[in-house]
Amino acid sequence: MLDLSYDSPKPKVIAGAKHDWELVIGMEVHAQVATRAKLFSGASTRFGAEPNANVAFVDAGMPGMLPVINEACVAQAVRTGLGLKAEIHLTSAFDRKNYFYPDLPQGYQISQLYAPIVGEGEVLVELGDGTARLVRIERIHLEQDAGKSIHDMDPALSFVDLNRTGVALMEIVSRPDIRGPEEAAAYVAKLRQIMLYLGTCDGNMQNGNLRADVNVSVCLPSAYEKYRETGDFSHLGTRCEIKNMNSLRFIQQAIEHEARRQIAIVEGGGKVEQETRLYDPDKGETRSMRSKEEAHDYRYFPDPDLLPLEIEQAWVDDIAAALPELPDAKKARFIGDYGLSDYDASVLTADLDAAHFFEATVAAAGDGKLAANWVINELFGRLKKEDHDIADSPVSPDQLGKIIKLITSDAISGKIAKDLFEIVYTEGGDPDDIVEARGMKQVTDTGAIEAAVDEIIAQNPDQVAKAKQNPKLAGWFVGQVMKATGGKANPKAVNEIVSEKLGL
Amino acid sequence: MSIDTATAAKVAKLARIKVDEDDLPALAQEFNAILGFIEQLNELDVDGIDPMVSVTPMRLKRREDVVTDGDQQARILSNAPDAREGFFAVPKVVE
Repeated sequence: MLDLSYDSPKPKVIAGAKHDWELVIGMEVHAQVATRAKLFSGASTRFGAEPNANVAFVDAGMPGMLPVINEACVAQAVRTGLGLKAEIHLTSAFDRKNYFYPDLPQGYQISQLYAPIVGEGEVLVELGDGTARLVRIERIHLEQDAGKSIHDMDPALSFVDLNRTGVALMEIVSRPDIRGPEEAAAYVAKLRQIMLYLGTCDGNMQNGNLRADVNVSVCLPSAYEKYRETGDFSHLGTRCEIKNMNSLRFIQQAIEHEARRQIAIVEGGGKVEQETRLYDPDKGETRSMRSKEEAHDYRYFPDPDLLPLEIEQAWVDDIAAALPELPDAKKARFIGDYGLSDYDASVLTADLDAAHFFEATVAAAGDGKLAANWVINELFGRLKKEDHDIADSPVSPDQLGKIIKLITSDAISGKIAKDLFEIVYTEGGDPDDIVEARGMKQVTDTGAIEAAVDEIIAQNPDQVAKAKQNPKLAGWFVGQVMKATGGKANPKAVNEIVSEKLGL
Repeated sequence: MSIDTATAAKVAKLARIKVDEDDLPALAQEFNAILGFIEQLNELDVDGIDPMVSVTPMRLKRREDVVTDGDQQARILSNAPDAREGFFAVPKVVE
């Protein structure tokens, strides 16, 4: 595997009234575990069911019901941990986090405070400008999701749906290694990409299957480096936690607003209070969630209904052996094996469908770089125009590969190839047959090209005289010949013959 | 550890149990008696002993990832004081 090394990006700097400030960000990403059933019950995790249809008595917190863990959720957490190069804990345990909320019928969330299943790992977050941040992962733990409260169906009542109650979540906790709003969004996007590759979370942010809590603080330049050297958090500012965001855009906006709020407080001689805040995208501000503060006393204790979770190293090894190729490795391979640029390799590994399509195209075309150009520029461009996904591409990798092969074998010109692509895209069919049937083959027969060049030269003596003075005008003749041959003449051959005949 | 009436009031609030002001001193005293009883355990030296989580050598029971439950909206809602359109209806709680 090719070793990709990147420089670290510069931290985001916000100019205050008095001096510059830097941002320090840590994140807790909640990813819904992709399984059929819930973490501790046999109810379905399917989104969009009738309210309270996916609810077992365990989920509803009925007395006497006992949780039984879904082994697939454990495997998915282990898989995710391995994907983040993290330490897997063969013994972990579940704790109760006690708080009151109507969509939490047990009165507590089963989580893993003291002994999480996954320990320290890391994620490389590329920023697209040739820099990348290595973000340290502190831990991943398994926990139950809460239900959903709807507040706008009745003026006096809240409506509660427990379908999501008890669905398994992985909480992925980072160290405060993220240094700006763009990095924060790129970090979530990278986690999402890795989990999609692993098949451990569907990454659907709109449905709330991937959401993030963001811890933001501000500090003076060089304070962060002191923290990294010593591990002493007192070098950093007081942090605020912005809860529950499910959009990359809102995450960035919220961080920006929160940082500016904190800078204004500190520069005004005040003190930032450590608290939980909520981002209001309509007003473009964060505000305190006071109710959450009061309830912050969670009175954690080990869940007496659940024995510690013990897994075997051999089981973990089996999962590790079956891991798919991950984004970083795939990207490195695309660069190494096909000679792609960093950018092209990033685009083509952004999601698995694109990567598979590209590799199938290369297999048919035999030319990696050209295949990358055609997939990214022509196919993606065309699909985007109609808001189509790569999965619905009317052109198959095999068809695209054939088009590319026709170019590399000099059977058609690049220009004709674009016409051919459009025909295949809109009408379908075998590219070889279309080229044959519609006479799109490039003319490489020098005799035919020479005849066309002779004719143009004979008809345009003035242009000939001018071209002899200024050789750049030879291009005009090339253009005329291409026109006369319906774009089918081999441009290289035309160039040579025109130069020769004009005596340039 | 000693529980005063303010702590007793806080615990009651966190548990969403309504306790009259007059009952708080007695409640605090009961808490203290219970905690005092438990604190006797501190007399034991447990250095180097792993916490015992079970008296029998049992492995945490697992289930397969199969949907075996649910599809019982009416039964889930049957104990609810108020339910509408398939939802539990509760006094308004908004952040």
